[in-house]
Amino acid sequence: MLDMITVESVSKSYGRGQTAVDDVSFTAATGRVTGFLGPNGAGKSTTMRIIVGLTPPTSGTATVDGRRFTDLPNPGLEVGVLLDASAQHAGRSGHEILTVAQRTMGLPRTRVKEMLDLVSLTSHEADRRVRDYSLGMRQRLGIATALLGDPQVLILDEPANGLDPAGIRWMRDLLRGFADSGGTVLLSSHLLHEIEVIADDLVVIGNGRIVAQGTKASLLAAAGTVVRARDAAALAQAMERAGLAITAHPDGSVHTDAAPDQVGEVALAAHLVLTELRAADGAGLEEMFLELTADTQREGAAA
Amino acid sequence: MSTTVLSTPTSESSPGATTVVERRRPAPAPIPLTRIIGVELRKMFDTRSGFWLMASIVITSVLATAAIIVFAPDDQLTFDNFAAAIGAPMTVILPMIGILAVTSEWSQRSGLTTFTLLPRRGRVLGAKLLAAIAVGVVSMVVALVVGVLGTLIGSAIAGVDPVWNVSAAHFLLIVLGSVLGMLFGFMLGLVIRNSAGAIVTYFVYTLVLPPLLGLLASTQHWFANLQPWVDYNFAQRPLFDGSLSGQQWQHLGVSAVLWFVLPMAAGLFIVRRAEVK
Ligand SMILES: Nc1ncnc2c1ncn2[C@@H]1O[C@H](COP(=O)(O)OP(=O)(O)OP(=O)(O)O)[C@@H](O)[C@H]1O
Ligand SMILES: [Mg+2]
Repeated sequence: MLDMITVESVSKSYGRGQTAVDDVSFTAATGRVTGFLGPNGAGKSTTMRIIVGLTPPTSGTATVDGRRFTDLPNPGLEVGVLLDASAQHAGRSGHEILTVAQRTMGLPRTRVKEMLDLVSLTSHEADRRVRDYSLGMRQRLGIATALLGDPQVLILDEPANGLDPAGIRWMRDLLRGFADSGGTVLLSSHLLHEIEVIADDLVVIGNGRIVAQGTKASLLAAAGTVVRARDAAALAQAMERAGLAITAHPDGSVHTDAAPDQVGEVALAAHLVLTELRAADGAGLEEMFLELTADTQREGAAA
Repeated sequence: MSTTVLSTPTSESSPGATTVVERRRPAPAPIPLTRIIGVELRKMFDTRSGFWLMASIVITSVLATAAIIVFAPDDQLTFDNFAAAIGAPMTVILPMIGILAVTSEWSQRSGLTTFTLLPRRGRVLGAKLLAAIAVGVVSMVVALVVGVLGTLIGSAIAGVDPVWNVSAAHFLLIVLGSVLGMLFGFMLGLVIRNSAGAIVTYFVYTLVLPPLLGLLASTQHWFANLQPWVDYNFAQRPLFDGSLSGQQWQHLGVSAVLWFVLPMAAGLFIVRRAEVK
């Protein structure tokens, strides 16, 4: 395992004190899928654009395999990039867009058809102009463009956008296979569930700052416990008396950072009947995501 | 659209890489400029609008020639009249090609992919410039052929001898004038980076500005002397008439620095640093 993408103290401000990315540092390693998670406007796309040299950072550096992206001799062969699937000349056909990329990279022409097959765009669809593509078709075309040069690194901004469930499943398998064969994947999403099933490592960003990062396992472990009792109010009281920080939810469940066995002991001592006791997994991560970004997300800390 | 679920989707694209290993490969060769020029030429033709813009060069040439044959009196069926009739639409179409070669990357946002695959933007723009010049020169050769045919056919129909009153040197000056017009469009595209904005600016520059500057020159003596040095449009006119004095070349050079070289340099400087979104 090797750090393939390295982002070091990258900041980007847009004048008038508008800071899109604020001192962001993280790495993405070979053989792993790194999920870049954050609410709308957190700075994910800006960071990714900085990595691929489309946006100059105000300060800091970003490298891929130890080199700045702009110094790569033929970047398409080393890094597959999908930032915005809609950013294509609407008058070109999907086939033509791939052909332009194939020629630029200097690849054999057969590669275009291979990629169209890989992303399940029929030749009839590929001959239509991109103007008439659905969002999911554009996304597939964008993924095909990213994979065209058989790169070792993928940088994908919300690649699941617009894909149908089967497409999402397909992409998940694709990225898993890519990472398992030694590739590096950095993908962003504002959908926690999306990232959670794919990613090995997580980088969580809120309001331009990194708020958490680590392996998914370690972040999940830090997510605490979900517990339910027949008498929810009594449980909440008992836990508070025991000094556990809790969040009680309207559905009767109680969330805490403490480990499940600690919670079990509290319930036993208070003679409470538990109906559920488990490590917070998916929901826990969601909790964490909402909490970590509570002061930055648009809906405020309503949760 | 059907979806195939592939469990090992990269197996075909990365043969042999079955374990989690470092995938070391030799560094790829840099992309040669000729390849970028080829791709940029292709991009000028591969959309319907691009294709018809190119086709319009041939179409307007033929229409202009036909109009001369039909409407001009017999003694006017000379090569210079054909050249002028064909040249007029060219001075509009070529700058449009120059503008769109640059602005489409921004207006259509395809620049996101272009500048990701080719992060050295100066090279891309250089390739676009060379591709545009190639298109300009080839268009002028097409115009030459159509003009020659028009003169032959026109004079044959009228039963007069064809009059070849445009010299090779004159033709080369016309080519230069047309390509300069195209490059001016290219420069506007680079500075403005928006198709509609650049096209409107181009027409303001070629249609609105000249009469205003002419008015100024006719009323203000000091400007009348200055105009050839600072009015690029004005300084280009002798190119189409077929001969330039030494001083007219100087006029052209000085006004080109003001109206073309400096803005082009500023545009390049900005574009190489600007954010591509
Ligand atoms: N050119 C710009 N000028 C001013 N502010 C900008 C500019 N580009 C981005 N921003 C701001 O930077 C912040 C980060 O934007 P960014 O697109 O990176 O967010 P994101 O995490 O990708 O969000 P989303 O999930 O909605 O895609 C936002 O507040 C945005 O308004
Ligand atoms: Mg975004």
